Amino acid sequence: MNNLIVKSPATSKLALGKGSHGSSWLGLAGAAMCVIWLLVAIFGPWLAPHPVGEVVSDNVFDTLSAAYPLGTDYLGRDMLSRILVGARFTVGLALVAAVLASGLGTSFALLSVVSPKWLDELISRFMDAFISIPSKMLALIMVSAFGSSVTLLICTAVLSFTPGAFRIARSMAVNIEALEYVQVARTRGERRLYIACVEILPNMLNPVLTDLGLRFGFIVLLLSGMSFLGLGVQPPDADLGSLVRENIGGLNQGAPAIVIPALAIGTLTIGVNLFIDRLSSRRSRRSGGH
Amino acid sequence: MNSNTLWLIGRRVGAAIVTLLIVSMVVFAITAVLPGDAAQQSLGQFATPEQVAALRLKMGLDQPGVLRYLHWLTSLLSGDMGLSVSNAMPVSDLMAGRVPNTLMLAAATALVSVPVALTLGIGSAMGRGGRIDSFLSFLTLTMVAVPEFLVATLAVLIFAVNLGWLSALSYASDITSPWQFMRTYALPVMTLCCVIVAQMARMTRAAVIDQLDSPYVEMARLKGVSKIRIVLRHALPNAIGPIANAIALSLSYLLGGVVIVETIFNYPGIASLMVDAVTNRDMALVQACTMLFCTAYLTLVLIADLCAILSNPRLRNQ
Repeated sequence: MNNLIVKSPATSKLALGKGSHGSSWLGLAGAAMCVIWLLVAIFGPWLAPHPVGEVVSDNVFDTLSAAYPLGTDYLGRDMLSRILVGARFTVGLALVAAVLASGLGTSFALLSVVSPKWLDELISRFMDAFISIPSKMLALIMVSAFGSSVTLLICTAVLSFTPGAFRIARSMAVNIEALEYVQVARTRGERRLYIACVEILPNMLNPVLTDLGLRFGFIVLLLSGMSFLGLGVQPPDADLGSLVRENIGGLNQGAPAIVIPALAIGTLTIGVNLFIDRLSSRRSRRSGGH
Repeated sequence: MNSNTLWLIGRRVGAAIVTLLIVSMVVFAITAVLPGDAAQQSLGQFATPEQVAALRLKMGLDQPGVLRYLHWLTSLLSGDMGLSVSNAMPVSDLMAGRVPNTLMLAAATALVSVPVALTLGIGSAMGRGGRIDSFLSFLTLTMVAVPEFLVATLAVLIFAVNLGWLSALSYASDITSPWQFMRTYALPVMTLCCVIVAQMARMTRAAVIDQLDSPYVEMARLKGVSKIRIVLRHALPNAIGPIANAIALSLSYLLGGVVIVETIFNYPGIASLMVDAVTNRDMALVQACTMLFCTAYLTLVLIADLCAILSNPRLRNQ
């Protein structure tokens, strides 16, 4: 029975992708970037020097200056304030959607592992159908049908990222379910809910959390991409993607108003990826993988 | 090629067709069945109930959803994709004008990205653990996480604004010389390549390393075969399947990137047509574009699967 414990393909691929030992400080840098953006998302609106919608300068697309550290946007609003407030939308929406997607995916995975074969089959087929619609396509048709709103964006992200979370969680749960202590628990006559939550879940929590981090990065990319197309967060609210879009007119002048929000999204997602890569490569080393 | 392989391929193709059918159901359900009354929407809130009822009858909205789905599917298969409301033109005409542009962009991207990615992937697999490898692994890890519009804006800033080599908003409708072609396509193709090359190089590296870890490579190394020869003659032929798989899968990431790139560069392709359709809520056009993209995506995934099957001698010669 023991030889059923194979490493899941996802973790082994990540382990192959890891660099040498030099990746340790990169992981730290990634973690630092994540923490900084999390803090900005929580405290940003209080730190903003100007009200977010206020036109403070006569110069549009101003460059960096002491009064406006990140320049001004296409209406002469302070970029620093707009980014500090916009980060809350980007991080907050993606975090809610990622937690929901991962939670739902894992719950369905546990359900399908402990339930009868037909239900398992049904859930898996359903998830397979949704995984074969690219997330951006799904987001586009959802927006075209229902119009864009914050709730809809979260629903869309959950809908397109739950199947992936389900697939990874299920492949782990199936391996754990075949282990002896779960068989013992089953023979002991434990209920299914108990087996799923007490026997299986704690043993797959770490990889599930890693997967949540990866999904968070993908969702940030999806949502800011939608906002960039003008189909995401709607004015007067603005996330980082909308900031890039509304200042696109400054591209020809090389205005900081367009580069900085784009860089902000980049640092956030790169930070998450470096951090997650570090976590998963350390785990695979500890478990004797690579 | 034997009956076993044929059966395997047939089953895979069948599964892809079934998935496409399910996808079409989902697309139809989201765009046509759920959002309430299309007749009410197109007439506005001041329409009399009689007008709405008449339009409902005309649009066939009084029929049950299943019947409407079957009708939609059969007309889609026969090439009649309905009328685009915002352009007052048949959807098929609109799309026919745009598809070649997008295919051109995709082909140029594939042509550039595949050789670059293979070189990077194989190179970093050969020097595994070395300085080049860890730099490449950091680079690919970073590029995977970068949004397309960051790459695009930075590229425009550097090459169009600061250096003045290329024009920012690229599309020229009449391309006469190869030089003009290069100038037009350089920025969009470069942006698309960044993300795809990173994906592809990562997967290629994994595929080659998988082979380099196998006993026959160790045997070759023990008998003193040179490093280059090990990779080119021993490992690579066996990694062709996984690499083709990686190429097809990475190219399917194009579908997401092309939406952003066509918008930012004003490129008149099918993806920017779709974004306009979504903005105008032009449902027939959205449905047709989505189905086209999903079909392309599923085809690429299917090709990736088939490459994996065909390259596996155990499946081929059983």
